[in-house]
Amino acid sequence: MNMHRNSVLAGAAMMAAVLAVSACVTINIYFPAAAAEKAADHIIDEVWQLQQKDAPKKAEPATEKDPTK
Amino acid sequence: MTKTLRTLIHIMLAAFLLTGFAHAQGNLEINTPAIAQLKSAMQGRHAQLAPFYASGAVGLAHDGTVQLRDASLVPLPQRGAANNVIAAENADRAALYREIARANGNPSWEAEIRSTFATRWIDKAQPGWWVQNASSVWAKK
Repeated sequence: MNMHRNSVLAGAAMMAAVLAVSACVTINIYFPAAAAEKAADHIIDEVWQLQQKDAPKKAEPATEKDPTK
Repeated sequence: MTKTLRTLIHIMLAAFLLTGFAHAQGNLEINTPAIAQLKSAMQGRHAQLAPFYASGAVGLAHDGTVQLRDASLVPLPQRGAANNVIAAENADRAALYREIARANGNPSWEAEIRSTFATRWIDKAQPGWWVQNASSVWAKK
């Protein structure tokens, strides 16, 4: 009797576990719109070179041309 | 019975923790070799495409691709090359959207990633470039 009750409980626990895990999966497959937008911005900025943090400085004339040459 | 209940509670706790962890990850994975390669190919190609964007020959379509919208704006001898560069760009863009979805373990996200990119390409386009609205109508920015 007690064993039977235990197996019923075990079955219920198993079902709850399956439910919990599937809930996780469901949450995970929601499309992360904000993250995708951030990723897109990052890649577009690089491809179009929109935000050059270390933009190459215009080469300054380091040495004046020697007029004698 | 108490043991079963305890197990149950542990499972539920683990599930909540996992969920929280997934949500804490606010970024998509975009640092893979495949994505880096596509990005640099597209960056190199941009120098060829930029004059076409500026002249209006090529525009940014609402499906995340680039399209030849007015071939007459491309000098005849350059038209073949223009078509090639457009085709190469669109192939790389499609691969990029696919790779991002794959790198994040959800190949089914590809269409949503494509539409996110489509919006952002258009938003970031320079004034004077041609962009397409949701009804496929071209307009100059």
